[in-house]
Formats: sequence, C-alpha cells, structure tokens
Amino acid sequence: MKDILIMILASFGAIFILSSSIGLLRKPDVYLRISVTAKASTLGIGLMLTSAALYFNDYSVTTRIVAIILFVFLTISIGGHLLARAAYFTKTPIWKGTKVDDLAGQYDEVTHELYSEKHNSSIKPEKDTSI
Amino acid sequence: MSLYDYFNWIIIPILGLSVILVFIRFLKGPSLPDRVIALDMLILISVCIIAIYSIQTNQSTFLDVAMLFALIAFLSTSAYAFYLEQRQRK
Repeated sequence: MKDILIMILASFGAIFILSSSIGLLRKPDVYLRISVTAKASTLGIGLMLTSAALYFNDYSVTTRIVAIILFVFLTISIGGHLLARAAYFTKTPIWKGTKVDDLAGQYDEVTHELYSEKHNSSIKPEKDTSI
Repeated sequence: MSLYDYFNWIIIPILGLSVILVFIRFLKGPSLPDRVIALDMLILISVCIIAIYSIQTNQSTFLDVAMLFALIAFLSTSAYAFYLEQRQRK
C-alpha cells in the first residue's frame, strides 16, 4: 500500500518535471520560459520529495524534507522574478505574439526605478520577428 | 513490480530525458538569461534525482546534499541576475 502511494507520487512528480522541461525547450521567449520553470517544476519537486519522506517515515528525515520543500517553494519564484527583471533591463527581445506589455515605458533607464505613469527615458525591448 | 524496479525503469529514464531536453536549451539559448534559467532547472532536476537515489540506496544522508543543491541554485540565480543588471548599467 505504501509502495503504491510512493509510486503514484513519484510518477506525478516526474511527469510534471518532464512537462516543464518540454516547455523550457519549446516556448518562444525568455519570459515564457521563466514562467514555465517557476510553476511546474516547483510542484514536481514537492511531489518527488514528499515520496521520499513517505518512504523513510522518520521524524528527522521528514523535517529535513519539509525544510527543503519550503525553501524551494520560496526561492524558485523569487529567482524567476529576479531573472525576468534582469532580462527586461537587458532588453531581451519579446515574442512577436505578445499582445500586452504592461511594463512598457515605466522603468527608468538609468536608475532602474519603476514609475506608475508613462516615463520619458524608459526601457522598451523590441519584438523579435524571427521566431 | 517492486519499488526498486519501478524507479530504475520508469522514473529515472523520465528524469534523464528531461535533463537532456533542458541541456539542449542550455546549449541553444539565444540570450544569457535563457542559459541561466536552464542551469537553474538542471540543478532542480538533480535535487529530484538525489531524492530518488536516496530512496534506492536506503540512505537518508543524501538529502543533506539535496538541501545544499537547492541553496546553491538560489544563490547562483540571484548572483547571475545581479550581474546581468549591473553589466547593463555600466
């Protein structure tokens, strides 16, 4: 019974990780790739580590695994946000199918400050038409 | 089918396939943020592989290494983001 539960959790985790890596390969844009990695792989890692916690069934191991899962849940999203912000500042081209860019014209180019209204000297990455 | 066989024949090949797919993106990646996010993803998949390996060898000590890898993944991602932003600023 416990083995079957471990198998189900590990298979769902592996499927989520496989889908997120396929998305990382297939998506046309840096921002979409970061978004895919931040969501699907978090769930995959959580399920996989939960299966390890079920297998060992021990207090010391379970606390360690809960610490890893909490840390990963916090840091993947923060790292993805930091990286997408850096990519926007370095003017990485956007996919040509993007309809709305809410940040266009609101980051200052020199001070990297975010303004709520339209700003004069602002960063705006051009659209990549080659993809 | 025992747990050992299931992990050996199904879970580990799926994780290996995803490592190969992410590594293709790491080699192709047109910009530097692409490579950084692929590197982050590689480390996170290796955390999963370490968890499976610790189940297979019945040694829970390997999970400490998984925790260390998660720390290194966050540290490298934030350091690369900081470096990218500062390089643009001059």
